Amino acid sequence: MDLEPIWLSMKLAMITTAILLFIGIPAAYWLSRKQTILKLIAEAIITMPLVLPPSVLGFYLLLAFSPNNGFGKWLHQHFSLQLVFSFPGLVVASILYSLPFMISPVKAAFSHLPGSMAEASYMMGKSKTETFYKVLLPNIKASVFTAAVLTFAHTLGEFGVVLMIGGNIPGETKVASIAIYDAVEMMDYSSANRYALILFAITFIIVISVFVINRNAVKSPFE
Amino acid sequence: MIRIAIEKRTGPPTSFELKVDTSFRLNAVTRISGPSGVGKTTLLKMIAGFIHPDRGTIRSGDEVWFDGDKKYFKKVQERHVGFVFQNYALFPNMTVEQHLRYGTDDQRYVDELLQLGEIEALRNRYPKALSGGQQQRLAILRALATKPRLLLMDEPFTALDSALKTRLIHRLSALFSSQQTTVILVSHQDTELDDKSDVFHLNGVEETG
Repeated sequence: MDLEPIWLSMKLAMITTAILLFIGIPAAYWLSRKQTILKLIAEAIITMPLVLPPSVLGFYLLLAFSPNNGFGKWLHQHFSLQLVFSFPGLVVASILYSLPFMISPVKAAFSHLPGSMAEASYMMGKSKTETFYKVLLPNIKASVFTAAVLTFAHTLGEFGVVLMIGGNIPGETKVASIAIYDAVEMMDYSSANRYALILFAITFIIVISVFVINRNAVKSPFE
Repeated sequence: MIRIAIEKRTGPPTSFELKVDTSFRLNAVTRISGPSGVGKTTLLKMIAGFIHPDRGTIRSGDEVWFDGDKKYFKKVQERHVGFVFQNYALFPNMTVEQHLRYGTDDQRYVDELLQLGEIEALRNRYPKALSGGQQQRLAILRALATKPRLLLMDEPFTALDSALKTRLIHRLSALFSSQQTTVILVSHQDTELDDKSDVFHLNGVEETG
């Protein structure tokens, strides 16, 4: 069996999760502070991929990334970068698509920390940055882990967006979920079953690990 | 003198209007008393620099901490205050000793504080493994770790039994005189710290004890 689609899915999920950790945690912290109109709009946009059909997101990304149009053309001319039907394009699309899975749980965790916890650190002369790394972030570790795992799993299961802007190029954009669809199209049910079973097993392990890590939490991590 | 002349109006859910015009003596203990909901905690937090007053001034000695007209606000980090929160606000990710080490590198002072609060045997415990009284003592010790010039305490002794409270207050008084700490505390009950201290009633009437 060709394991490349599985590997490609894992690679995509890992890269997406790593980048989202990097941009999602500061964004979540920013959103958890005092509410403004700007933040309300930003949060609505970030949350959109949760409810938007993936094909809608994929369609607009396809237009945006197309080397014939504004942004895609600019990328192509200045960086020789083509995002449609390429792995880097999948990464960008996955980041947008999985944004709410990273940001929402982390934002909720930041909001639930008592305000006096940060104040106690400021009172000891600590800057906002030091307070963030030494007091706030360590106390939401479990939520960050849950968010990262959910982001990883969600990216692994991505189908609509990938199909719209990635297509089905072996070794480049043919991820596991696409490979299953492709195999079924060709009536190759045994291959489809093998891919499906592997995805099923990986996802099961991921969900179990979230429950183990959160076993001390009062609520289910998915509530 | 700590000179305070400020106004603050808060919205729901704790709607109240706070007008304070008073002075607190330096190197002394002042107790703020008054009925619930008049803004004792808010006043303490404005002195610390956690909350902006709407207008007025706050001065400590010859330093300006807040001036509403000039839009000047000295950051809490630069005020060198200690604060004991009513809900303790301990750091769940730090042990008892790490709480104090977060404020000072002086291990001898850390040991001294742990002894003062009678929690030296618990130095490696996390807050969730402490009783309410132990947590409250840690909150007090943490506020002292940076040797603040001004210590603000919000209901600091409520979880302590009376014998322990007496011992602790006795030792704290000695520490306050040796470090020349100015103390302002909010308390519903009289505390033994009050013997030589001023009392400020937030509903407007001022007394000197």
